[in-house]
Amino acid sequence: MKVLYFAWVRERIGKTEETVEPPAHVRTVGDLVGWLTARGEEYAHAFENPKVIRAAIDRTHVKPEAALAGAREIAFFPPMTGG
Amino acid sequence: MATVRLQREDFDVAAEQRKLSDGRPDIGAVVTFTGICRGGEGADAISSMTLEHYPGMAEEEVARHVAEAESRWALKGVTVIHRYGKLVPGDNIVLVVTASAHRGDAFAAAEFLMDYLKTSAPFWKREERAGQAAWVEAKSQDDAAAARWTLSVRGREAAE
Repeated sequence: MKVLYFAWVRERIGKTEETVEPPAHVRTVGDLVGWLTARGEEYAHAFENPKVIRAAIDRTHVKPEAALAGAREIAFFPPMTGG
Repeated sequence: MATVRLQREDFDVAAEQRKLSDGRPDIGAVVTFTGICRGGEGADAISSMTLEHYPGMAEEEVARHVAEAESRWALKGVTVIHRYGKLVPGDNIVLVVTASAHRGDAFAAAEFLMDYLKTSAPFWKREERAGQAAWVEAKSQDDAAAARWTLSVRGREAAE
């Protein structure tokens, strides 16, 4: 699946997007955050406070408990500050 | 008939209003809201601001809220334009234009759209001041402003 990062999440991880193949036990958005966090310091830094991380699956806002099954594009970003 | 545009370029408020209301004798009220890049003062003054967005999702998220506004109020037309990229103090950031037969619908829909743009449209502001860049933190009062629209729906449902 494709993972996109925006704003300071993107800056901390150092990538705008990547393709990942998480193992089968990674079933939810929250699981994916945990799995990514274990990949390296830059991920741990980006996800150090999960409460301020927002996520979208296929361009729709989702909660951490949302299932990843069938997802093509997951995005992680801080709370939005547009308008 | 709704228009949603995301663009780097500036917009012309008067021209966008005319596009909605010209030749429409059914329209009796047009509300325009323009959000402008604030400069701030003294040590807090910013030199510029950069708006990042999630292409694709930003358009879809704004369109979802425009559709919700159209279902809640009797609107004759809606235009939302949001800029991205580098802006300097005084630049336009966002435009919301709502048109209706009477003012109440246009006022309420414009405020609803702005409250949701602030909290759920995927845009992020980074401010540059004295060579330092910092991401703007989300304000809890913006969440509260957006939440009151949900509460008013719940209140209405509870009353029925």
